[in-house]
Amino acid sequence: MTVDRRDFLKIAGLAAAGLSTVPVAQVLTEGTAMGVEEKAPAATAGKRWAMVVDMRKLTPEEVEHASHACHEAHNVPNIVNADGSTDTKHEIKWLWGGEYEFVFPDATSEFLAANYKEKEFPILCNHCASPPCVRVCPTQATFKRADGIVVMDMHRCIGCRFCMAGCPYGSRSFNFMDPRPFIKKTNPLYPTRMKGVVEKCNFCAERLFKGLKPACVEAVHSGALVFGDLDDPSSDVRRLIQEHYTIQRKPSLGTGPSVYYIL
Amino acid sequence: MLEKALSGSKGYWIWVLFLLTVISAGVGAYLIQFTKGLAVTGMSRDVSWALYISQLTFLVGVAASAVMLVIPYYLHNYKAFGRITILGEFLAISAVTMCLLFVFVDLGNPVRIMNVFLHPTLNSVLFWDATVLNGYLFLNLFIGWVVLESEKKGVPAPKWIKPFIYLSIPWAVSIHTVTAFLYAGIPGRHLWLTAVMAPRFLASAFAAGPSLLIILAMILRKFTYFDAGKEAIQKLGQIVTYALLVNFFLYAMEFFTAFYSGIPSHQHSLIYLFAGLHGHGNLVPWMWVSVTLGFIAAVLLVVPRFRRNENLLLAACVLTFASLWIDKGLGLVIGGFIPNMLEGITEYVPTTIELMITIGIYALGALILTVLYKTALGVKEYAESGKVMGAH
Repeated sequence: MTVDRRDFLKIAGLAAAGLSTVPVAQVLTEGTAMGVEEKAPAATAGKRWAMVVDMRKLTPEEVEHASHACHEAHNVPNIVNADGSTDTKHEIKWLWGGEYEFVFPDATSEFLAANYKEKEFPILCNHCASPPCVRVCPTQATFKRADGIVVMDMHRCIGCRFCMAGCPYGSRSFNFMDPRPFIKKTNPLYPTRMKGVVEKCNFCAERLFKGLKPACVEAVHSGALVFGDLDDPSSDVRRLIQEHYTIQRKPSLGTGPSVYYIL
Repeated sequence: MLEKALSGSKGYWIWVLFLLTVISAGVGAYLIQFTKGLAVTGMSRDVSWALYISQLTFLVGVAASAVMLVIPYYLHNYKAFGRITILGEFLAISAVTMCLLFVFVDLGNPVRIMNVFLHPTLNSVLFWDATVLNGYLFLNLFIGWVVLESEKKGVPAPKWIKPFIYLSIPWAVSIHTVTAFLYAGIPGRHLWLTAVMAPRFLASAFAAGPSLLIILAMILRKFTYFDAGKEAIQKLGQIVTYALLVNFFLYAMEFFTAFYSGIPSHQHSLIYLFAGLHGHGNLVPWMWVSVTLGFIAAVLLVVPRFRRNENLLLAACVLTFASLWIDKGLGLVIGGFIPNMLEGITEYVPTTIELMITIGIYALGALILTVLYKTALGVKEYAESGKVMGAH
């Protein structure tokens, strides 16, 4: 069976990068062994992946842990200035925390309860049902998989940054410089990126393929981050959304975010 | 015909040499950017497009404005534009080339630029923008060359070129409409999410482009034998007048919608641009200079007595061009990114390298324009002096 690289990416969900740290041969043999149609034996199957963030349980420390776990798993560089402070203009972020009024700017009020105001809400790619980033990308470097995950082909990205203009959630980061010197400890199981490409959260497509939960979900021990298939009526995410009042970020834009928040 | 550009006065060569020097500096700066990445620019995670894409946006308008000569001349048989239509078409060639270069230098991965055509993506406006810009470049090169070649031979332009000329009219509208769609179709960026974006782009283009043509015509009159003619210049002045007023009218509509509706997200970018937001206001002085220059220009243009005075008309054109450059070549793109999608504010200031690349591309545009105009005027001089050469 021939494996088209793109099909392989779609199935394996390997959001590969500029120059992979995983030896090419290893990637290829893995791909061929698994085949195009077949999933890895342990792969977690899903049709419409989604995440529910239970803010009743989630602490700011846990958001920090989740962010760390995510960034370590995906070789997200920690871009710093010469003095060691975060270079906010060029930083790369896949998952981070933000206050309510910035995360939900059109659902805030002057008299919002203080405990909501001070909470740290996780911010990540919403893996929209109708993603504007996919719509605007001129090369299909950003595309949506059949299971709803919006992923990137780092080898195809020309770095035009139209997707960054298009994303209404600020979920995308651009490699303004070579990111590798800023990676403290390289995870050999995930590719690093080169300068000049855009990147973002991939819902841990590479971990789902191995039957694992997303790194952030695993890092939050309180169970405040719940991941699952919206298409499965018995899934935890469906149950939580049905039992609780949830909100999404900027739902009026029609993007159909797949990240739900229980306040 | 290009050989006409190979002989010139000392002043001509000094000008060409000067442009080549500026271009070289730009190339040098680009090599630094190419090696180190876009971190050498002032762009950031929040303001992810800035000076380069702004220049693309502005220059697309300059390019599209050739149609303001083509329509009167070819559709209404307005003879006064006969001698200068080629100047408009050649200006379009120079402007579109600069547009394409500004897209190129903005790419994080320029070596992959052909991916846009290897993987054509019909739902991406950027794919369409690249397509229509290249098409417009081809059309103007082709039409300009064929018409000039005929002029050189002293024969009327061939009939078969007419369909291409007619095609260039809607095509000019398309390049600016599609460029407006880069912005106007994006959810969540309220400065851009407006139905009058494309109409306003066209209005400002038909003011800025013909202004530049008037300025160029006056420069040619001063430094060469070529005189575009009082009538043609006055007619262009009228076009600038109407277009500038329509542009301001549409701009005012933006303010009405944002502020009468009272929807905060629709106001934020405009407040940032004209008053500053949460203590940030790098562009505030620029925007007010733009409004002031535009207002003075409008007064000079609207009053017939002022407009008929060629010195005042020239001043009005310089002011119009500067005003619209600030508006479109700075405010529109940068303003759209402030505040960011999480209500934060990151200001943008271009770096020296970014400025050098930008000026280098403008110098290259000027060089292309110089060579093309030199060629056109050389051919015209020959043809008009009656010494019609045989074809060779």
